[in-house]
Amino acid sequence: MHYIPHTDDDVRGMLDAIGAPTVATLFDCIPEKLRFSRPLALPAAGSEQEVLAELEELAGRNAHPGSHAWFLGAGSYAHFVPSAVDALVSRGEFYTAYTPYQAEISQGTLQTIFEWQTMMAGLTGLEVSNASMYDGASATAEAALMALRLTRRRKVAVSAALHPHYRAVLETYLGGLDAELVEIPRSAAGTTAAGAVDAETACVVVQQPNFFGAVEDLAACAAAAHAGGALLVSVTAEALSLALLRAPGACGADIACGEAQSFGVPLGFGGPHLGFLCTRMANVRQLPGRLVGATEDSQGRRGFVLTLSTREQHIRRERATSNICTNQGLCLLMATIYLALLGRRGLRALAETNLAKAEYAKARLAEAGLRRIGSAPTFNEFVVATRGPAADSLARARDAGVVAGLDLSPFAPELGPALLLCTTELATRAQIDRLVDVLAGGRS
Amino acid sequence: MSERRGEPGGPERVGNATRGIAWEEPLLFERSRPGRVGAALPALDVPAVAPPRCLPAAFLRDDVPELPELSEVEVVRHFTRLSTWNAAVDLGPYPLGSCTMKYNPKLNERVARLPGFAGSHPMQPDALAQGALALCHRLEAWLAEVSGMDRVSLQPAAGAQGELAGIMMIRAYHAQRGRPRSKVLVPESAHGTNPASAALNGYRVVAVPAGDDGILHPEAVASVMDDDVAALMVTNPNTLGIFERHIAEICDLVHARGGLVYGDGANLNAMLGLTRPGDQGIDVMHFNLHKTFSTPHGGGGPGAGPVGVKEILEPFLPAPRVRQREDGRYELDGERPQSIGRLHGNHGNVGMLVRAYAYVRALGPEGLRRCAEMAVLNANYLLARLRERWHVPFDQPVMHECVLSDRNLADTGVSTIDVAKRMIDYGYHPPTIYFPLVVQGALMIEPTESESREDLDRLVEALLSIEREARSDPDLVRTAPHRTRLARLDETRAARRPVLRWQPDPPSSS
Repeated sequence: MHYIPHTDDDVRGMLDAIGAPTVATLFDCIPEKLRFSRPLALPAAGSEQEVLAELEELAGRNAHPGSHAWFLGAGSYAHFVPSAVDALVSRGEFYTAYTPYQAEISQGTLQTIFEWQTMMAGLTGLEVSNASMYDGASATAEAALMALRLTRRRKVAVSAALHPHYRAVLETYLGGLDAELVEIPRSAAGTTAAGAVDAETACVVVQQPNFFGAVEDLAACAAAAHAGGALLVSVTAEALSLALLRAPGACGADIACGEAQSFGVPLGFGGPHLGFLCTRMANVRQLPGRLVGATEDSQGRRGFVLTLSTREQHIRRERATSNICTNQGLCLLMATIYLALLGRRGLRALAETNLAKAEYAKARLAEAGLRRIGSAPTFNEFVVATRGPAADSLARARDAGVVAGLDLSPFAPELGPALLLCTTELATRAQIDRLVDVLAGGRS
Repeated sequence: MSERRGEPGGPERVGNATRGIAWEEPLLFERSRPGRVGAALPALDVPAVAPPRCLPAAFLRDDVPELPELSEVEVVRHFTRLSTWNAAVDLGPYPLGSCTMKYNPKLNERVARLPGFAGSHPMQPDALAQGALALCHRLEAWLAEVSGMDRVSLQPAAGAQGELAGIMMIRAYHAQRGRPRSKVLVPESAHGTNPASAALNGYRVVAVPAGDDGILHPEAVASVMDDDVAALMVTNPNTLGIFERHIAEICDLVHARGGLVYGDGANLNAMLGLTRPGDQGIDVMHFNLHKTFSTPHGGGGPGAGPVGVKEILEPFLPAPRVRQREDGRYELDGERPQSIGRLHGNHGNVGMLVRAYAYVRALGPEGLRRCAEMAVLNANYLLARLRERWHVPFDQPVMHECVLSDRNLADTGVSTIDVAKRMIDYGYHPPTIYFPLVVQGALMIEPTESESREDLDRLVEALLSIEREARSDPDLVRTAPHRTRLARLDETRAARRPVLRWQPDPPSSS
């Protein structure tokens, strides 16, 4: 029992101090009929090396970008993570602390969050960022709830090109409230058509770049939303695009939210990832989640504290802006370190690399006679029509050691057989060439 | 000799704490120098593309001036120094009540970083994710066994989202029976997430008072229970650390009026292998893997909040679900017409599930039970040693935590916040304070099973010493902490004039 320090002597001495004859008597407060009388039916305890071997065996049954050439994005992106990120987040001072309620002994966490808030405000072109949400999907749902409160209207207009899982989570969150979700269709170019705003519309929710990789005219979306008195919620699933594309706030978005997993957070089979949520200062009282502010100590020195907590459940209870308590603190730390390492020049250069890889892949696929679906500009993700069922192309690619993107047939059957392809900096030219060969039907 | 900030002297050692260097460290942005970079990008092996060639100029931005420019060594020093300003379980006892700050085994961290877990993609084909799906399937079964529930979904990202899922399922259940209800009963001692989760589902929250003994009594529940109550939300052991011994009768009377009972699993650590929520009559509950199952708290998450249900609620569980086929392989099943839907963009905080799996495997059934036993022993030991000098508002045997108050200090002018800040000087993270709300000036102490007898003795000595200081030198306590890098921080100022991001000083006009 190497996680528990008590010796038999310790236990006896402590029972004496309590005045209890045995450990079992400490549980006399549990009525007899509720006591669990058999051992739990669980595997017997394993030694450290046994448990490690078992998990290595399970992990070995999962593909990952180290085992396959990787072209699957669709909301979770395979990016290279510098070694310093994991080395620093592995410090127990960070990962074995909790929410920084006691500011004087939590300044490391608090200053990190303040730095994150600053960088996210800059990346989104807005004034305030919170200290993270669970993921991009729940951040989108919370953004919509926030818009409902701010406008006191009841409709949420959602782009048909929003990530289908984000939309599903949004529907789940709206289910218990007097609110209605309406869809804004997608144009032939692959972007979101303006319109669908009426006097009841609280917000227009548009993903940038959208689920199919197309870059939206966010300023036009903002103008259409604002003309009807609605807010624009901009959703970004590929956060790296923020280094290249005009900031949502600069385009007129009132709320920018999404997923920052791209900033140094492992794919991890889908979590933990890192939701973000930013807005203008005027909306801050309706912003859910934790916020860190600068202040001074009693000697006049700068320090940081959790602030504006009267928005939150532990103070406000049923009148809180959200029920969120624990967020994604350690993932926020990863992203803050990642952004500090890449910095002002590195992040932009990386975004341009991703763009160049996608443009190369698009050109090679076109040369091979494979048709791209949609004409709108893209960042690092786009849709290509396959010859025959997309599942067949995926299977052929898998035999060649390639994970060739996402089969779109369950999500957008109207496109016909098609794959959503993503190229990050991890994809080498040789791997892209192999992908093109496989999809063109040739040998790898 | 003085212990006060800014005055020389004071003892070398107080409790757990001695003196040492406290590094100074500015913000990233203040360290930034134009031209530095902390990462090496690979050379481009495809033709470079000027962004304006593929995107309209109006869609593009200039660079992001808010991002800093630093070398790798500067970034490493920055965050290493910041880390030294945190209290953490790896440094010492962190008896934050209701948060179960137990030891986070290093093995958990190692297995979560295996490339097959850390690198796998949530939308890769099921055939390429058999290990992850198998792990989820097994962990679901283990959590069901530990809790006495019939089915578990691992999707919720934290306890509060598990609660949200639970109340959504309760709503779906009543809707499906054609009798939607409008109220949810929540005891006064509940966590704030309980009423907030109920409100997010459009329910009206009705408070249920506890008895003089700190627990719920069937009569109190019966007096507010009617056919419009969808559910009772209950935390057991409750936030006073006391087992709700009438829980079975209370569940029966809620069920008799067609309601369901939600179990807040925050305090499950006290019950492992000794009693099960499912056997007590709970219909739906969440687990906090970052409390009971040793996944790290991460400076405020990520947590993981699986939700468990009895069979009657199984159709409503979040979708998709992991299913084992007849040939033994695993797949995700999204065809669940009655499901409340999706709560997470992917499958939940899987990295935390991997850690919890390793923990269950490392402890086994006897080890889990030992956790509960030693956690309860530790809490009762603290209570036994502290009750003589400290006021215990509900003085009776407890489970995993005990709640004190500052009432004995009323004549000193020292209050709970001061005691908490003074504990920092002794090298302890303070307990949860001013919660539960039913106790004025509460100090809620949860030692967990991780703390040794010697560590508990030192914690006791610290609290007894602070109690003496409150009488002999109250100002010392009221102005604490004295040994930290920063003195007490002004939270009022932060809220009155919110500064939520760094901005460069405006150029001076002179």
